Parts: sequence; C-alpha cells; structure tokens
Amino acid sequence: MEFDPVLIARLQFAFTVTFHIIFPTFTIGLSAYIATLLVMGMVTGRERYQRLAQFWTRIFAVSFAMGVVSGVVLAYQFGTNWSRFSVVAGNVIGPLIGYETLTAFFLEATFLGVMLFGWGRVPAALQLFSAIMVAVGTVISTFWIIAANSWMQTPDGHQIVDGIAVPLDWWAIIFNPSFPYRFAHMLNAAYLTAAFVVLAVGARYILAERHPDQARTMMRMAIWLLAILAPLQILLGDLHGLNTLKHQPIKIAAIEAHWDTSGPGNFHVFAWPDEEAELNRFAISIPQGASLILTHRLNGQFLGLKEVPPQDRPSVKTAFFAFRIMLAIGLFMVTAALVGAWLMWRGVLFETRWYLRIVANSWWIGFVAVIAGWLVTESGRQPWLVHRILRTADAVSPVTAASVAISLALFVVIYGIVFTAGIYYINRLITRGPQGRAVEPSAGVPTRPLSAAHDAGREALASGG
Amino acid sequence: MPIDLPLIWAAIVGLAVAMYVILDGFDLGIGVLLGLTERASERDQMVNSIAPLWDGNETWLVLGGGALWVAFPGAYSVIMPAFYVPVIAMLLALVFRGVAFEFRGLAVAGKSFWDFALIGGSALAALCQGAILGGLIQGIRIENGAYAGGAFDWATPFAALCALGVLAGYTLLGAAWLVLKTDGAVAARARGQAKMLLLVVLAFMAAVSVWTPLAFERIAERWFATPNIFYLWPVPLATALTAFACWRALDRGHEVTPFLAAIALFLLGYLGLVISVFPYLVPPDLTIWQASATPATQEFMLVGTLALLPIILGYLVFVYWIFRGKVREGDSYH
Repeated sequence: MEFDPVLIARLQFAFTVTFHIIFPTFTIGLSAYIATLLVMGMVTGRERYQRLAQFWTRIFAVSFAMGVVSGVVLAYQFGTNWSRFSVVAGNVIGPLIGYETLTAFFLEATFLGVMLFGWGRVPAALQLFSAIMVAVGTVISTFWIIAANSWMQTPDGHQIVDGIAVPLDWWAIIFNPSFPYRFAHMLNAAYLTAAFVVLAVGARYILAERHPDQARTMMRMAIWLLAILAPLQILLGDLHGLNTLKHQPIKIAAIEAHWDTSGPGNFHVFAWPDEEAELNRFAISIPQGASLILTHRLNGQFLGLKEVPPQDRPSVKTAFFAFRIMLAIGLFMVTAALVGAWLMWRGVLFETRWYLRIVANSWWIGFVAVIAGWLVTESGRQPWLVHRILRTADAVSPVTAASVAISLALFVVIYGIVFTAGIYYINRLITRGPQGRAVEPSAGVPTRPLSAAHDAGREALASGG
Repeated sequence: MPIDLPLIWAAIVGLAVAMYVILDGFDLGIGVLLGLTERASERDQMVNSIAPLWDGNETWLVLGGGALWVAFPGAYSVIMPAFYVPVIAMLLALVFRGVAFEFRGLAVAGKSFWDFALIGGSALAALCQGAILGGLIQGIRIENGAYAGGAFDWATPFAALCALGVLAGYTLLGAAWLVLKTDGAVAARARGQAKMLLLVVLAFMAAVSVWTPLAFERIAERWFATPNIFYLWPVPLATALTAFACWRALDRGHEVTPFLAAIALFLLGYLGLVISVFPYLVPPDLTIWQASATPATQEFMLVGTLALLPIILGYLVFVYWIFRGKVREGDSYH
C-alpha cells in the first residue's frame, strides 16, 4: 500500500499538535487561577483559598507535565518532518521559537519546581512569587508561539531571497498583521477553558454536597470571570474574523462556504458544502447574515471561493464545520456565563440544580472550542504552510512515507496511553477534592506535589475505600 | 575584523548541548539506576532527588534543538531527517519518562508500570542520543542541501558503541549525583555502582578514541598530524587524571568530588569530539559557516541570548540552591 507522504506528515503533525494544545490551554488558565487564589489567600487570610490553590496545583502538575513532554516533540518535528519548512522559514520563525525557550520555558521550569516542591521549604511570599512567575511564563510562551504561527498566516517584515524568507524588520515580523487578534483570542480562550473546568468542578461538588465552601468560591470566581471574558471572546473573534477577511479572504470564504463573490452573503447555519460541484447542499441560511457580520452592511460583498482555482482552496468542509462548532460553543459559553451571573445575583445559584447539572457536564467545551478554532485557522491556511510563500506539499522532509506512518502509529498508541492515564489521574484528584491539609508538613526536604494525594490513596486503600 | 557570528553561535549551541548532556544526563542516569533498585522507598528517594529539577534540565534540550535551528537551519534540516528514527524514538521515550514522574506518584496499582516507563524511557532516550552522536561523527550524506540517505544509515556498529557509551556515561553521572544528594543505602550502593560505571565509561572512551582515527582519516589527521599533536596530547592525559581523581574520591568517601569529576570527564570527552569534528557541523561536508542562518537572524537572536543566558544560569543556581541538601529515604510522605 502506498502512502501519500505529505498527507501522513500532516496527519502526524495535526495529531501531535492537537494533543499538545489541550494542555497549554488548560495550564495557561489554571496557572493564573492558582496565582489569583494564592494572592486572595494572602490578602484575606482565609484557609479555603490556600486549600484550593494546593488542590489545583496538583492537577496543574499533571497537566503541565503532559504539556511539556508533548511540546518537546513539536520542537523537533519541524526538523524531522518539515525540514524544507525549517530552511525556508527558519531564518524568520526560528528566533521566535528560540526566544520562547529563553524567555518562557526556563522561567516556567525553574519556578514550577519551587511552586510544586517548595511548600514548607521556602517562605510563602516566594511560593506566591513562583506561582506568579509560572503564570507569567505561560503568557510569554503564548506570545512567542502565536507570533510564530501568525507570521505563517500573515507574513510580514521579510523578503524572499532564492526562495528563502530572510528577515528585514523584526518588529514587523513579530507584530505581523494578524498577531494582536490571534494572541488576544487564544489567551482569552485559555482563561475561558480553565474557568469552565473550575466552574464544572465547583458545580460537581455542590451537586454531591461535598466541600461546600471551596465549591462556592470556585463557582463564584469562575462565573465572575466568564461573565466578562465570554462576551469579550465573541468580540475578539469578530475582530479576528475581520482581520482574516482582509489578509486571508479565501479562508473566510471557506468558513462561510461562500462560492461566488457576487452572490448573496448568507450565513449558513447548516449546509453540506459540495466542493466538486462548487455549491452548498441542504443549506439553512440567514439571508445576508455573513455580509452583515463581515462587512457590517446587509448587501456587502466579500470574496468567494471561485476567485481562486480549486488547488488554491482549503478544505471547505473542515473550515466550515469546525468554525460552527467553535461558534456554537462560544454562544453557549456566553449564555451559561450570563445565566450563572443572573442566578448568582438572585442568590439562587447553588440551589438551581438544572444549571449546576449542565455546567458540571460542560468541563470539556473549552477544549473542543480551542481545537475547533485551531482547525479552522490551520486548515484554512492550506494549501499554504506559510501563506503565499511555501506550500505544505513542498515543505516535507526527504524521509520515507513508511517512517512517518510508523512513527504516527507510535504517537497514537503512546499518546493514547498517556492521555488516558492523565485524564484518569486528574479525575481521581478531582473526585478526592480539596480536603487535604491546608499546609503540608514542613519536612525541610524536597517534597512531591502529589504526596498528599498519594497519602490519601493509601489511606483509602488501607481503610478498604 | 568583523565578528564571526557562526563561530559564536557554534559556541552557544555547543554550550547548550553540554549543559543538556550534563544536567539531563544525570537525571536520565537516575532513571536507568531505578532499574537496579528494588525497594519502593529507595526508588522514591532517588526520584525525589531530581523531581524539582528534571523539567529545567530537559529545557536545555529544547534550547539546543532550537538554537541549532535558529543559527544553523542548514544543519538542522539535514540532521533531523537523517536521524528520524532515533530522534522520534528519543522523543517518545522522553514523553513516557516525563509523565511517569507525575503518574508514579498518583498511581496506586499502576505504580510499577510507570516506574518501568521511567526506567525504559530514560534508557531509550540515552541510547538514542548516543546513536545520534555516533551517526553525526560518521557523517551524513547530503545532496543539494538536503539529506540524501535512508532511514537507517545511522545504524552502524560504531553508532551502537556510542549509544552504549552515552548510556554508561549518563548512568555514571546519575550514580555520582546520588552519592552527592542522598544518604543511607541508596548513596552507599550508588558509590559502588559509580566505581563500576567509571571503568565502563573509560573503556568506551578508549574504544571511541581508537576507533575514530582508524575509521575516519579526517579525525586521524586532526589528532596526529604535526603540529596538532603537540597541542592536543594534554587532552587524553587530563582525561586519565580526571578519571583517577574520580576513582580516588569515590574510594575515600568524598561526596562532591565524584560528581564534579564525572562532569569534568564528560566535558573532556566532549572536547575531544569537538576537536575531531570542528569546523564541520555535519561531517563530512557541511561547516558551521555553510550551515548558517542569515546574519540578521543570528544577530537578532544573539542579542537576546547574551542578555538572557546569565539570567537562565541564575535560575539554575537559584533552584539548585533552594533544593540543596540531602534527600533522605522516606522523606515527606510517610
């Protein structure tokens, strides 16, 4: 059987990067939450904040480890699978990734050690400082990686010499046209995702009538944040979309399954884009809806897919459906946040069981929205790897399709084991809840972050629980 | 005289790789040594001695790979496809091993599985790195700036020798770290293991030193042509003296010196390899100047690197100082 090496390489990268993005998304948001909890604990002197911080720190440790190891893989895949990309774009993108390592990874790794293992060994102020540094590190990391990715979407500040992108203006490269929108959208997505997990865990405890103090604190904090960030995300998404229309109009045409420039700019709530026939089947549409969103005029025109030959179009179905999944989740988030805020204002939040049940089961929606969003933007960039500079098909390494296929299979198996175990252990930590001691014994030696959980596991076993 | 940017970058990449080999070397070595330890509490003690540090240690791998890409895309884009199999195997091994650090503390029934992942992952990562090193010394076939060989060109007896040598070397570093950072039965056993491993490592170093000049004319010429030989003879001598110092320190019950001597031994071996290969980044064809990124890229990255490297070394001192002192059996969770 013959494999298409480009397709296998794309599948491999899509798989490893999708797996990876789950964890940074969560840990960017969670690290900020933990730092906030520690600050509140220090300001108010209440034990519940400290307990919550330690509870989430254990979950953070597991998630962060999975993010780190899957991230190291990506740093090398540019070379192993996309060696032509690393030559053509390396002079421009390489330094952005290099600066990510220098400014973020070392900062995170160092203070993570203190954050996780410093309880009882370092002063509380240093503990707090370390948690803040980790949170700051995740934002710096986001900054650089989004700068690199945005440059691939909307390259600027370079010139092409002998087919290779050579840097001219670093400011223009980093702050390329789509960067500010994508950075804000992604960072906000990370905070939203973590807030939904916190909200869901809080609701789960209230429903189970466990840890009521901590659960209420979690839900209140999450709803406050969501009520601001969820509507903000819709606004940021809209601005990002307008920016994409300006710089990557064909991506927008694919998202909207819009074939003819002169055709009506309907928003298709549902459709089955037929890429062979260049039309939509079974369309349920809001007349002029897309025109209104994209041009802010009812009869505004925007570029259709037929403006470019089929080989220059991305997969319409992928961009179209992934976008709708993201949008639906975004609207759900806004609704859930506003309803929650209203219930909280009325003082009935913790008694409204239908609401608690819905949000307790919604912990995963942020992750799906993030993956769907990345699918839109990355698949929508096709057939280009670097927009109008390098085609994906021209970027692969001179390695055999069999090598890539076998390694893909190994990634699937090993990530499958790691992911399953990670989710299982995180779920167990959540089931156990934040009931441990507020301050771990000051052993004066490196302690493990998970030792309390470990103890509890043993206790549970010993007592036959 | 203009600044020789590629030369400076070669030094920086060299520094990052050396830092990685020493720092992750000892924690990978401890992963391997877990396989020779049966008592659970002793395994925990060993893992605790590196738990707050391994993530930072592994970051040097990202820096090494990243710096190679930034400064020498011509080399990065050839080396990675050439060593596709060992690089991917190493990454998968590091995935397994990295999560095992967290999972083994959470698992009740599955703890032995994650210990196995930690042991196997550490050993496999060390072997892959050794194989890549051996493969690089052998040289890579390049045509038109791209890798032109097969998936297993690297797999030779010489690469196998280097793989085992690096495995032994990392394990020596790990044992010396345990001598420094633990006490009781773990430290006593590590001291004995370190002595054995020191002899094994010396044997591998000798084998590579004999093999390379015999097999590769360019390396023989580098070392034995006059006047080079007059400058270079102290390198093997210093290696022998360092090994002797390490042995004696282990014998006399010293705790710090064996680790420092093991590091020095690594650095001398590394120096020997640099002497053999320089100025080629990818022997036999690609020099550091040919593989270089554009000056604008190297300049932009150099400014930040020179400013940030001292801070990063500061982090290193900070975290090792915070977690100074011995880790004892049963500490913190019994």
